[in-house]
Amino acid sequence: MVKMMERNLDGRELLASTLVWSAVALVTATFCWLLGDIIWHALSHITWTFLTTPPRNAGREGGIGSILISTTLILGVCLGVSVPIGLGTAVLLAEFTTDDSLFGRLTRRSLDVLSGVPSIVFGLFGNAFFCKTLGLGFSILSGGLTLACMVLPILIRSTEEGFRAVPTGYRLSAAALGLSRTTTLVHLLLPAAVPGLLVGLVLGMGRAIAETAALIFTSGYVDRMPESLLDSGRALSIHIFDLSMNVPGGDANAYASALVLVVLLLAINGTASWLAEHWLRRRIVTI
Amino acid sequence: MSTCRALFMLKKYAPLVALSMAVLMYIPASVEAQSAAADQLTGKLVITGASTLAPLIAEIGKRFESLYPTVRIDVQSGGSSRGVADARQGLSDIGMVSRAMKEDERDLSAFPVARDGVCPILHRENPVQALTDEQIVAIYTGKITNWKAVGGVDAPITVVNKADGRSTLEVFLQHFKLKSSDIKAQVVIGDNEQGVKTVAGNRNAIGYVSIGTAEYDAVRGVPIKLLPVGGVAASTENVQKGVFPLSRPLHIVTRTSPAGLAKAFIEFAQSKAVYDLIRQQYFVPLAD
Amino acid sequence: MISLGSNTSSRWQTDQLLLWLLRGVAVIAGTIVLLIVTFLAMEAFPVLRHVGITRFFTDPSWHPAEGLYNLTPMLWGTLFATVGSVLIATPLGILSAVFCHYYAPPAIARPYRRLIELLAGIPSVVYGFWGLVVLVPLIGAIRPPGPSLLAGIVILTIMILPTIALMANASLTNVPQQYVRGAAALGLSRWATIRGVVFPAAKSGLFTGVILGTGRAIGETMAILMVCGNVVQTPDSLFSPIRTLTANIALEMAYALGDHRAALFVSGLVLMAMIAALVAAADWISHGRVHG
Repeated sequence: MVKMMERNLDGRELLASTLVWSAVALVTATFCWLLGDIIWHALSHITWTFLTTPPRNAGREGGIGSILISTTLILGVCLGVSVPIGLGTAVLLAEFTTDDSLFGRLTRRSLDVLSGVPSIVFGLFGNAFFCKTLGLGFSILSGGLTLACMVLPILIRSTEEGFRAVPTGYRLSAAALGLSRTTTLVHLLLPAAVPGLLVGLVLGMGRAIAETAALIFTSGYVDRMPESLLDSGRALSIHIFDLSMNVPGGDANAYASALVLVVLLLAINGTASWLAEHWLRRRIVTI
Repeated sequence: MSTCRALFMLKKYAPLVALSMAVLMYIPASVEAQSAAADQLTGKLVITGASTLAPLIAEIGKRFESLYPTVRIDVQSGGSSRGVADARQGLSDIGMVSRAMKEDERDLSAFPVARDGVCPILHRENPVQALTDEQIVAIYTGKITNWKAVGGVDAPITVVNKADGRSTLEVFLQHFKLKSSDIKAQVVIGDNEQGVKTVAGNRNAIGYVSIGTAEYDAVRGVPIKLLPVGGVAASTENVQKGVFPLSRPLHIVTRTSPAGLAKAFIEFAQSKAVYDLIRQQYFVPLAD
Repeated sequence: MISLGSNTSSRWQTDQLLLWLLRGVAVIAGTIVLLIVTFLAMEAFPVLRHVGITRFFTDPSWHPAEGLYNLTPMLWGTLFATVGSVLIATPLGILSAVFCHYYAPPAIARPYRRLIELLAGIPSVVYGFWGLVVLVPLIGAIRPPGPSLLAGIVILTIMILPTIALMANASLTNVPQQYVRGAAALGLSRWATIRGVVFPAAKSGLFTGVILGTGRAIGETMAILMVCGNVVQTPDSLFSPIRTLTANIALEMAYALGDHRAALFVSGLVLMAMIAALVAAADWISHGRVHG
């Protein structure tokens, strides 16, 4: 490191290094400030009982047990629906359409527009479409489906980038070997596109798990333990919002819930990377 | 070709399709359960509306569920207008409305469950102890813009107002005989806690919030103070006595006159058995 | 990318099957936006019919309770906040990714990446909360009242930074190693390699990240609502409070009835139009510079 710095000590190089390091320092400092704030207020409240008991007295007392279950179910529905659709669309856009085909461009543009739809509009739309038109009511299913619509653009665009980054040589060699496009896709392109897919998953889950406005109108506010996917279930982020903005005296548990959410996310991200490294990547060797 | 695609979809999402079919079967079942509720109080009540009321009604619902174990009370938050709209369209059994009923809402049966006061708040360090109604009007209409003019320090006033349509805003406008467009605000907020946090973070701010919220926070060391209105101290006690001039009723509403489970729940929510819950959520019971 | 060119019929069938499956899925993904627009338009229709679209831009102010519906100040609010945050977050995000790949020792690069991933998943409520109790009083101390365009830009920057950084990171990962080695063999310095070789090779991914980030900045609701002050006015400085179109919907929807409610759906439509315009502009630029 140091050696490299010395070797390139001309002015522009130094400036670039300074810029990069200060950008990183700024981001890290902001993050530490934010996370430090949460940890500072939250740590003393997190106990096993907090994690396993349902909330009492509008959330000021009791825990978040039932809310954790609802959150997991909502996230599960969201990923179960959005990953197959997202992956399929990304494959189509990256591998089966040309840059100037009308279908590809239209789909891509409509996804870009979708990525900017405000979360509250997703909420109102989800309420009208999933809860009323499809008759799912306030339920974990409605919430998960609404979130799936919301994370699709992120998932698709980043996976698509993953596919685009695979060198054309791979495809040409596969074609020369007489492999069908399906085989090429499953055994060659998919493993190579894993980093992109992973980023999409991380960003998508981050957005889904942090969502408030879209869920309050779809999965709802009920903090009871859900008995099926058709029950209404309060997500962690709604719980945090309600405690910090609507319930006087809910701040302490709001902080604790926020910390739980961050840790949960850390665990999910870790698992996703681990899976990607140990399972999907192995396929590239086993053709 | 499109049917072909639809078939693929069907296969791919067979579990989902099965689920939605389950839903279709599930709806009539719940309707049945409700009509049967008249005799033995079982079934499910869906209550939607004002976010202010949601925590209270959810707690009342939990107590009701513990009395009648086969009953499910689902409370959904989302605003007074949603409470009215959902009750009207029959999307919910009961709506929650955190304000007085309007002229064009006569078609609904409304039941008050509690009261809530609204009072001006300042930062604790602000030397101003009281403001007359005229001074408050002048501050909110931008005629007074410096604390010096009302006996405070020489600093510009930050006027914190509520967003259009919020019931606390309506109570405030009505009492001070103002129009929403007369108000010149520097900050516009949504929920009460946001108002408290905004004023707590700005020494020169003035805002108005629900008395219950303000009282709770002030007692627990948040640096705000509650201003009297018309010489009456702002406290839940004075709201209960009926002497505090700014207050609003909190309603639950139904489309038709309630029967069965809904009737039982409304009676329960208006009974003395829930007064402790009302106080616990920092609202004021209707009578003692 | 490559036109269909397989040979035997069974393979052709599998491929064809796959292709139709993918098309079906893509149609679903592409239709969602149409569904949403239709829904918004249906809800907005009553007020559009008897008030007309022009009054949403020519009325003296936004006081829906009194029948005044001017959206332009909020349009500016959204635009300024978005542009500001994208301008700051883009260099920060891309430099973060560059750091992970070319500057940081591995022991730092990994945790730093994890940190950015975490940043992506912190709920907007928490950002807003932090902004409200920490950032806003801080800005208020410099120049009252505190809730301001600046606070909004800072919060949005933190929120969209992970999107840009992680997309950039993924596209830098995919820059073939030969390019970098080739540049090193030519004796190019590190920064010159990054600027002259890496960035051009990764531009499509970098660009996508910025687009996604912009989308998120425009659509962000809860955090913005908590730190921006929400006064309906065209901002005249970084320190004046603003209201964005999204905050407008979130603030008033809960209590809006009739025309007021429909007017909020009009602001939703305007927002969609704005995003569509931005996407079209991005498309136009990228066609000339990025993909072309």
